Amino acid sequence: MLIRRPTDLTYSDVSPKSVYTQRREFLRAMGLAGVAAFAGASAWRIGMPFDEVHATSKLDVATKSPFSTTEKETPYNDVTHYNNFYEFGTDKTAPAKNAQKFRTSPWSVSVEGEVKKPRKFSMDEILKIAPLEERIYRHRCVEAWSIVVPWIGFPFIELAKLVEPTPIAQFVAFESFFDPGQMPQAKYSGLEYPYVEGLRLDEAMNPLTLIGVGMYGETLPNQDGAPVRMVVPWKYGYKSIKSIVKIRFVAKQPPTTWNRMAPREYGFYSNVNPNVDHPRWSQAKERRLGEIFKRPTLMFNGYGDQVASLYNGMDLKKSY
Amino acid sequence: MHALLNSKWSKPAVFLLCLLPLMVLGWEALHGELTANPIEFITHATGDWTLRFLVVTLCVTPFRKILHLPELIRFRRMLGLFAFFYACLHFTTYIWLDKFFDLSEMWKDIAKRKYITVGFTAFLLLIPLAVTSTAGWIRRLGGKRWQQLHRLIYFSAALGVIHYYWLVKSAVIRPLTYGAIVAALLLWRLFASLSKRRQLRVDAVAVRPVLNR
Ligand code: HEM
Repeated sequence: MLIRRPTDLTYSDVSPKSVYTQRREFLRAMGLAGVAAFAGASAWRIGMPFDEVHATSKLDVATKSPFSTTEKETPYNDVTHYNNFYEFGTDKTAPAKNAQKFRTSPWSVSVEGEVKKPRKFSMDEILKIAPLEERIYRHRCVEAWSIVVPWIGFPFIELAKLVEPTPIAQFVAFESFFDPGQMPQAKYSGLEYPYVEGLRLDEAMNPLTLIGVGMYGETLPNQDGAPVRMVVPWKYGYKSIKSIVKIRFVAKQPPTTWNRMAPREYGFYSNVNPNVDHPRWSQAKERRLGEIFKRPTLMFNGYGDQVASLYNGMDLKKSY
Repeated sequence: MHALLNSKWSKPAVFLLCLLPLMVLGWEALHGELTANPIEFITHATGDWTLRFLVVTLCVTPFRKILHLPELIRFRRMLGLFAFFYACLHFTTYIWLDKFFDLSEMWKDIAKRKYITVGFTAFLLLIPLAVTSTAGWIRRLGGKRWQQLHRLIYFSAALGVIHYYWLVKSAVIRPLTYGAIVAALLLWRLFASLSKRRQLRVDAVAVRPVLNR
């Protein structure tokens, strides 16, 4: 069902309108030939409603977090209409369209492997594992664009405490939901499914690592990984796996989807690192969505204080 | 069909049709539909249309022969020039909106990134073709040499496909589709020129006894 976004959270709450209009002004000023023919139509857009997104509902957030950045949040409309979610197509605008009918309820997440208390969590149970926090994080895609998102979730460590990993567990393996019937575009994406990701146990237990259940004060829209996803802000976006159905604590480093697809281009660690280029493009700079000029990319996406110590003694050029 | 293609309105009509992708882009720009990353969107749209126009231009000759519509030739130069036009827009987007006219950055990129090296070569190859697209240049070069020069379009299209193949992250199906089309067009021409040569030889054999008599 398509509904309008509830009016209690207006667009101007999440981003000043000027960001949006600046970009439009810029595009208009670019003077592309042919644009002039449509000059009369430009007044049209002003006051038009923002794009519709799939039904989401409000989430009550207990606490704000000291880990939040004070940077300007990316407009909700951009974060919901510019997505990489290859199960629903490889174009940036495809997930917003193709994920509309994705069934995310009922949902459960199986937590298993090297744990004392393996367990299946229903979505209701997940929402009650720990008080929900809002965390405004930078999110850096491997494609050199970035956004600032007010996530809602709780630290992964809270879930780990419930299942009690054994000393054998050294890594955590994650698996996304996959159903070719609901995701017919997946077969053209060139990736193997279900999508899998992994973290070293100490990375997963870092206080920055979140289990995300919402954003912008609401549950996650389908195209952003509903109903439950990971949020690992110092790593490239594809490490923050979406629509999780399985979490396994394991002894060995698990396979990860992009690494399997092109090992030279996507490493297991995939820490944001301006000094290690992707073989085909530079990672030194990024374009924050809504901005024209690129900005320098920060080591560990600016989260070095919290995570640099995890990699002491490692050569990050080799362990990319 | 022949009358339609020969009508004096057909060229202006095709011209407007070729401008349509740009007009759609302009329309989308005015309506804020260029996604959250307009620069990427414009780069991709202009790149796509460059490749599509190269392919359409390459289709003209086979379609003339197969469909027995010789008058399609009237549109070939225009289609080729539109490929060059969209390539210029694509390159302008890159140098302006991606590199902000930082030429040293651009040269570094061209030297370092294989897909840019290849795309840039594909673009350079189109320049002599655009320059020599006039009747005057055909005369100056002579039909045969002009034709040989204009075979460069194959290299340009092939490099365009490689450029595309190298820049996608995993979804190779689209560049491979373009690759298959360009390969098919090339094979058709090879085949056509081989059978033409054989035909000439057969004709020569058939003609000789007549001459000898
Ligand atoms: C005949 C010449 C060329 C053709 C046919 C061509 C074609 C294409 C195509 C089809 C795309 C992908 C569009 C998509 O993903 O939908 C593309 C992207 C791109 N092209 Fe070209 N191109 C050409 C020349 C160039 C040149 C000269 C440059 C720059 C020096 C360039 C830079 C780029 C860039 C930066 C991208 C986007 C890459 C990305 O998003 O990662 N291209 N081009």
